[in-house]
Amino acid sequence: MTRAPDRHNSEEVPIDELSTGRESIVRIVDLHKQFHQLQVLKGINLEVERGDVMVVIGPSGSGKSTMLRCINRLEESTSGHIFIEGDDIMAPGANVNALRQKVGIVFQSFNLFPHLTVLGNVMLAPLKVQRRPKGQVEETARRNLERVGLSDKVDVYPAQLSGGQQQRVAIARALAMEPDIMLFDEVTSALDPELVKEVLDAMKELAQEGMTMLVVTHEMGFAKEVGTWAVFMDEGVIVERAEPGELFDNPKNERTKSFLSKVL
Amino acid sequence: MQEFIRLWFNYSDLKEVLPVLVEGARITVVVAIAAQAIGVAGGLVLALLRISKLKILRLPAIVYIDLFRGTPLIMQVLIAYTALPLFGINLDAITTGIVVMGLNTAAYDAEILRAGIESIHAGQMEAARSLGMTYLQSMRYVILPQTVRRVLPPLTNDFIILIKDTAILSIVAVPELLRNAKEWVGWKARFSGYTGAALVYLAMTLPLTRLVSWMERRLSMGEADHAPQKGFLRRMFSFGSDEGSGTTGKGPRRSTHR
Ligand SMILES: Nc1ncnc2c1ncn2[C@@H]1O[C@H](COP(=O)(O)OP(=O)(O)O)[C@@H](O)[C@H]1O
Ligand SMILES: [Mg+2]
Repeated sequence: MTRAPDRHNSEEVPIDELSTGRESIVRIVDLHKQFHQLQVLKGINLEVERGDVMVVIGPSGSGKSTMLRCINRLEESTSGHIFIEGDDIMAPGANVNALRQKVGIVFQSFNLFPHLTVLGNVMLAPLKVQRRPKGQVEETARRNLERVGLSDKVDVYPAQLSGGQQQRVAIARALAMEPDIMLFDEVTSALDPELVKEVLDAMKELAQEGMTMLVVTHEMGFAKEVGTWAVFMDEGVIVERAEPGELFDNPKNERTKSFLSKVL
Repeated sequence: MQEFIRLWFNYSDLKEVLPVLVEGARITVVVAIAAQAIGVAGGLVLALLRISKLKILRLPAIVYIDLFRGTPLIMQVLIAYTALPLFGINLDAITTGIVVMGLNTAAYDAEILRAGIESIHAGQMEAARSLGMTYLQSMRYVILPQTVRRVLPPLTNDFIILIKDTAILSIVAVPELLRNAKEWVGWKARFSGYTGAALVYLAMTLPLTRLVSWMERRLSMGEADHAPQKGFLRRMFSFGSDEGSGTTGKGPRRSTHR
């Protein structure tokens, strides 16, 4: 079913063996998610290792967002396992707030805090959650805002920014917690076409800095250029995974082929 | 007709009664402010319980809110004054009045605050939680600050009603505005005391009514207005509005007849 290199070939490997991987950041094993009667995730197996930029493509409704939301437990999984750096996040007593500090997420709708300035948005969680000293938090915040090219907007309120700028603030806000992996859920889908590039550029920059990323996107150009792995998801399962060039130019699975023929 | 004017709109009577009324109005203001403080604080707790996913937290809040909103305030006042002493709770008339009106207001404010909290887009809570904030941290630093300006108009409306409703305490000998007017009228048999009381109530409520209109206007201007603002209220009502339609000014407002 998969043509990916061996280290990604994890379907048949027992859980205890899976959890020994040293560089594994996220490991998803046989993940199921059900909304009432609706089976949305039907046995997801996926591993993201440090430095990977894993791109997820797939038709709308295939469960991509649900999978991301399960990874930081915005959604409770029905069964299966998710390991973040080896820790089973679904284990009873797992500290969900500690987990979320390791996993940054950026949404399609930017969800900036409208009552706080750009700097306030980026500083809030480090101040309140990590209780780091204010001077240090501000320094980090300014650095992260510079990373996404918004040094000149620190004192502005979100409503005064373009969508692309808002989304870059959202990226900086997630980075402020110094996560080990960043999840991106169609972060450019709500943007006007001319604003897409600045956000993708910021993400590309992050990838080049070595950030581990799991990116749900329809931007095939970005996926090919920046992705180190690509997976095609359909109807709640991962149908195919490969290096992006391979997956896009030479898909093996019929469903992948048919999807790509529609979007490319 | 002349008799009516002589008894109800007598200038020298009005002048005479004014100090008595102002004395009463002081009590009215103290009771209303204290009750509103209890109401907002209690209302916030009730609202948070009310939206809880846990039935064991939600249910008591629902019962409380229904009970206080479903029975006449005047009855709650009478019960408090007659029943509390039987439990060995002996508060003076004013304190008892503050407590009852506060507990009653909490039920109404709870619904206003709940509507305000629920009007904030769910993405805000998710964004806050996804950064590792606890539920209560997210409420405190993200949801509630955004709720404030949405609930200020209905809460101020509530306060106006509360000011007027304190008149109910006149039946249990709280020396508030209406009680003082009544005593003066009963003693002098000249009704300008009532007229004066009405004018004093208006002097308290009209500015607040204007304030509510101003706040609602500012809120409905919403996103159009990003200019930096001077002054606390102006600033509060100027930051760019967020996504989600919001229920500006449409909270479950209580009617005057409760
Ligand atoms: N909270 C929810 N309650 C019920 N159904 C949901 C919920 N969230 C998502 N779904 C359903 O799950 C399916 C997958 O949704 P989603 O993960 O958003 O897909 P994608 O991101 O790939 O478009 C869809 O059919 C969607 O309607
Ligand atoms: Mg989605």
